[in-house]
Amino acid sequence: MVDPAIILAGVLNGLLAGGIYVLVAVGLTLIYGVLHIINFAHGSLLMLAMYAVFFLWRLLGVDPYLALPIVIGGAFVFGFVLYRLLIGRFSHGKDENILLITLGVSIVADNAALLFFGGDTETIAVPYAGEIIQFGAAFLPLPKVVSFVAALVLCAVLGLFMARSDTGKAIRAVAKERQGARLVGIDVEKIFAISYGIGIGCLGAAACLLMPTFYVTPQSGYAFVLVAFTIVVLGGMGSFLGAAVGGFLIGVTESLGGLFLGEQLGQIGISLIFILILLFKPTGLFGSKA
Amino acid sequence: MTPLVRGLLVFGFAAAVIYPFLVPNYLVNIAMLMFFTAFIGQSWNISGGFAGQTSFGHAVFFGVGAYTSTILQVTHGWNAWLAWPASMAMGGAVGCMIAMLSFRAGLKGSYFALITLAFAEVFRILANSVGFTRGGLGMLIKADQRPENFQFKDSIWIYYLAFALCIVSLLIAWQLTRSRFGARLVAIRENEDAARALGIDVFTEKVKVLTLSGAMCAAGGTFYAQKYLYIDPSIAFGIDKSVEMLLVTMVGGAGTIFGPLIGSVALTFINEATRWVASAVPALKNVQPLSLIVYGIMLMLIVARLPDGLMSLFAAKVLGRKQRHA
Repeated sequence: MVDPAIILAGVLNGLLAGGIYVLVAVGLTLIYGVLHIINFAHGSLLMLAMYAVFFLWRLLGVDPYLALPIVIGGAFVFGFVLYRLLIGRFSHGKDENILLITLGVSIVADNAALLFFGGDTETIAVPYAGEIIQFGAAFLPLPKVVSFVAALVLCAVLGLFMARSDTGKAIRAVAKERQGARLVGIDVEKIFAISYGIGIGCLGAAACLLMPTFYVTPQSGYAFVLVAFTIVVLGGMGSFLGAAVGGFLIGVTESLGGLFLGEQLGQIGISLIFILILLFKPTGLFGSKA
Repeated sequence: MTPLVRGLLVFGFAAAVIYPFLVPNYLVNIAMLMFFTAFIGQSWNISGGFAGQTSFGHAVFFGVGAYTSTILQVTHGWNAWLAWPASMAMGGAVGCMIAMLSFRAGLKGSYFALITLAFAEVFRILANSVGFTRGGLGMLIKADQRPENFQFKDSIWIYYLAFALCIVSLLIAWQLTRSRFGARLVAIRENEDAARALGIDVFTEKVKVLTLSGAMCAAGGTFYAQKYLYIDPSIAFGIDKSVEMLLVTMVGGAGTIFGPLIGSVALTFINEATRWVASAVPALKNVQPLSLIVYGIMLMLIVARLPDGLMSLFAAKVLGRKQRHA
């Protein structure tokens, strides 16, 4: 029997990682909820944002946490422009087509990263990386705790924005009923681009919060894309609450899977959850009936 | 079939047969890979093109095929030729299983694509973790270059074998365009509800086509393992192979007989062209990503502007008509 303290530490570590997953998944679920497209490039765009954080630190010495506003803003603009120039033009045809377009984006992004940045694993050695916080019997790395709190704060900010601001209301209106939204004078195409931009902006934030404790390689995108889809499918496509709950569940699953099954086999839990949810409860935990 | 098309086919066949006698060895190897890619592309095309069931995880069948024959040989001492049908049977069985599960749950479109990706990932992790695949170390097949071992000293034989596989896959696709089974698949692709209303057993037909596709793709996996005599979890089940099969078919023309072959020819040319560019520009030391970037851009352009792939250009020029899914 494994020591309960180790299990507790595993659960806490999983929750901490889950906080960042929530941020990644909220972006994906927002794009799905508003645009009804499956953004297969989500992982690859996260990878690009992680490289942005890495190079800001390496070339300009910007601390990943201080880079938050820059990277979020940059990612938003990148997503907005990507939607306007490319994805928006194809997003209203068959849904496999848009999936193939975003697959194309991810192939180009992954290989451009490999071509320009090389295949090495890059990390950021922040001075506070080794700091530890004691929480009961568990010792938690300070950067993970900071990232966790920051991720929750950012999700709350996004939630407030969606609930209170005019743009947020317009986004929700478009997600619910795009014809009706158009009739009351909302520029639907612009809202689509803004939503995609916000989705990618979430990735920018996640990248800043990940880099102090994680690494980036050109393959990082692929590693994250299945995790992100699993969370969103588990929570229910398009549901914010689902993305939040799913993010924590997957974080804990991954952590405990690694603990009990080992580093290699532990990853299997995520793919299995994904398959089982799609097969037996495709609406997820909080999704509406499609 | 017009005389022009028949003439082109005869010419192409004859050219492919004498080709290895005319060119240096490395060009034989490139053409061998081209036919092989066209073959596994066709296996994707059978289910993804003709039946419209886009898959992101066909590597699962490729890997099952490669591992089945390799394990039978290395661990159980089977002859490679005998192991080949066994790996096809396994590939078909896995295709049947995935299809029954996914289509019973009513998964379509993007959801089906994503679940196939997840299945490939599950198999990759399993192959990495369980004992009988030797985990991440991969498996080596003992080199013993005799034809009865499915290993050839002279690369000309592996070239002809790849060419033969490609021909067989073209014949299967051709049969699909003229059989009732193929017609039912096209009906399902175009409108599933309408197909059901016509009395087509949509579920059974989709299971059948994924079984066939899985068996073909597994045959490709064994071929690959015999050519390189080595297999590991990411070669076998990684996303690269899945994407390759999808790419050649989409680029060439999904749901057409010659689409995967034309796509494979086009991608081979791009590959060699980027290799040539890279040798001229010393800063580009890594060729692989450059050609994949070109593939990715081509995929987007094809989906956006030329949904029937390069085949439709070819068909319009040669056959004098616009072909909407041959």
